[in-house]
Amino acid sequence: MGTELGNYKSVVSARCTDKEILKGAQDGGIVTQLFAFALESGIIDGAIVAGNGAEPWRPEPVVATTRAELLAARGTKYNLSPNMSLIKEVTRSYGMDKVGIVGTPCQMQALRKGQVYPIGLRDVGDKIALAVGIFCMENFPYQSIIQLVEDHAAMKMESVKKMEIGKGKFWVYGKRGQVVQLPLKVTHKYEQPGCHVCLDYVANLGDISTGSVGSPDGWSTVFVRSRNGDSVWAKAIAAGCFETQPMEKVKPGLELVTKLANEKITKNKKTLEGRATFGVGKGLRNPYL
Amino acid sequence: MGLLSNVFKRNTGDATPQKPAVVKTDAAEQLKPKPMNKEVKIVAKKIEVGYVHMSGCTGCLVSFADNYDKLFTILDRYVELCSCLALIDARHMDTMDIAIVEGSVCIQDKLSVDEIKETREKAGIVVALGGCACYGNITRFCRGGQQNQPQLESFVPIGDLIKVDLYIPGCAPTPQQIRNVCVMAYLLLRGDDKQKELATAYLTPLMKLAQGGTEACGCDLMTNVINQGLCMGCGSCSASCPVRAITMEYGKPNIERDLCIKCGACYAQCPRSFFNEAIISQYEAIDDAVKGALQ
Ligand SMILES: Cc1cc2nc3c(=O)[nH]c(=O)nc-3n(C[C@H](O)[C@H](O)[C@H](O)COP(=O)(O)OP(=O)(O)OC[C@H]3O[C@@H](n4cnc5c(N)ncnc54)[C@H](O)[C@@H]3O)c2cc1C
Ligand code: SF4
Ligand code: SF4
Ligand code: SF4
Repeated sequence: MGTELGNYKSVVSARCTDKEILKGAQDGGIVTQLFAFALESGIIDGAIVAGNGAEPWRPEPVVATTRAELLAARGTKYNLSPNMSLIKEVTRSYGMDKVGIVGTPCQMQALRKGQVYPIGLRDVGDKIALAVGIFCMENFPYQSIIQLVEDHAAMKMESVKKMEIGKGKFWVYGKRGQVVQLPLKVTHKYEQPGCHVCLDYVANLGDISTGSVGSPDGWSTVFVRSRNGDSVWAKAIAAGCFETQPMEKVKPGLELVTKLANEKITKNKKTLEGRATFGVGKGLRNPYL
Repeated sequence: MGLLSNVFKRNTGDATPQKPAVVKTDAAEQLKPKPMNKEVKIVAKKIEVGYVHMSGCTGCLVSFADNYDKLFTILDRYVELCSCLALIDARHMDTMDIAIVEGSVCIQDKLSVDEIKETREKAGIVVALGGCACYGNITRFCRGGQQNQPQLESFVPIGDLIKVDLYIPGCAPTPQQIRNVCVMAYLLLRGDDKQKELATAYLTPLMKLAQGGTEACGCDLMTNVINQGLCMGCGSCSASCPVRAITMEYGKPNIERDLCIKCGACYAQCPRSFFNEAIISQYEAIDDAVKGALQ
């Protein structure tokens, strides 16, 4: 295929040097560190992140304007956080001219569509100062996560410290130290259906995109993609925000990222094809045509 | 970068398209009233655009104007505004490359009906600008009974009466989307082959919206996205809605249908309505190109 990883200027394995950020981060703390640095150095006025919602592990998009608010949003919540829902408001009542936003590949797509075809997003496009994409194989409705954690893993949502999908398993870490792993096979039927037509794994449209796959535990794989991303990344490196290792030097490396990206895209392309003949002489809609 | 590399060289570099030549006339001639058409001819390289005002609120025109200094660049280099009642003293339509139409049509108002038909006859391309022209928008709720023309009760989007080539939905449509369409329309009509190809690719989804019909509502998110198994909970629709009719409940749009004014912005902005990856993934280059053209 060759296009599964999108365009990028450079790719490294990295983790942030800020021990406080790293402590509660999902992986290398790339997202939180990037925003914290961008905030301190005036690159952004604030960032739309997945904050903590009304229920445990249910994210709610928030506009973080302080380091503390950024830190509070660390960690992956494996259910929907409609971060794009704030993209206009952040330039209105929040009065921001330089906006940061984190999001899954589909949210990066929504963002870029809003810049290229600004239909309901007046004066927003030029105010996007830093878009950080996170890799994503699939996402879940909140109720699916309850199902997985409470029924399958037999844990209480509020007693969970971290969730993680990796090494072919869905991991649930309890606050008291207990660990439950579920085979991914169990999780499949709970996936958000809209994910099955998604053709992007590594957030091809982020300025910078990051995820865990490809790098060792506690480290992240980072693609620097756009001109803007390149400039922010260079400044962050110069400011000593990150330790990096060449991607070729780490295991399992880019090979695994490429493999997973390929698997996702191939599988979902098949789903799209199936949709075309879903009925009898009738199909379902294809957004890419 | 295939499509974009070189495409804009002619506009972004030093060789900007010819500015309208300054016409040298002697003082006596300058005192004579000049017929409109003469002026249009001087800048024949520009595309001729007529702004047609049907049952609209002029907010679409204000959005066009809200491109501020770039509006002047557009008018200097690319667009000859040959009719626009709000801005130009030209009472009748001439033939034109593009008609931009704002507002819907009241079918009980003969002048309006005649005018939209005339627009179709005179224009090579008809653009429906804004929710009213595309989808009826707030005029969908009209039902007559008001002084002093209580019989004016039926309003239809222009696409119900004439063939429309391209939609720019939104209430109001954004200045940036209007700007992009102006630049791309210029390239489509006056550009070289590569520029035409880019412009076609850019404009295609907006043309497809025009082929997609004249009805819009927040319900489109249900019927065409959620019901189709395509929603992934990004929240773009909610951000796009001008009346905050859409909230995200457990990651999916919930539409307050009695708040919805039927503008069509949410569905058009949703990345799962159309997503032409080839163009959108070049967001940086497109932005450079459009801004370069307006430098
Ligand atoms: C649904 C989902 C699926 C993922 N799948 C993969 C995968 O298959 N492979 C892989 O390598 N990585 C995947 N990731 C990314 C990975 O889990 C980490 O988010 C990423 O590596 C960033 O880690 P970090 O330490 O740099 O970020 P941190 O510093 O911990 O910050 C994480 C940031 O992500 C934001 N965030 C958390 N949950 C969401 C959400 N649901 N939607 C939007 N933003 C959110 C937070 O607000 C925070 O700003 C997935 C993430 C999500 C949300
Ligand atoms: S799989 Fe695709 S559609 Fe689903 S959440 Fe991830 S990026 Fe979005
Ligand atoms: S914009 Fe489309 S995909 Fe995103 S939440 Fe709304 S309906 Fe779903
Ligand atoms: S829900 Fe909002 S954006 Fe969608 S059509 Fe109605 S008014 Fe327009």
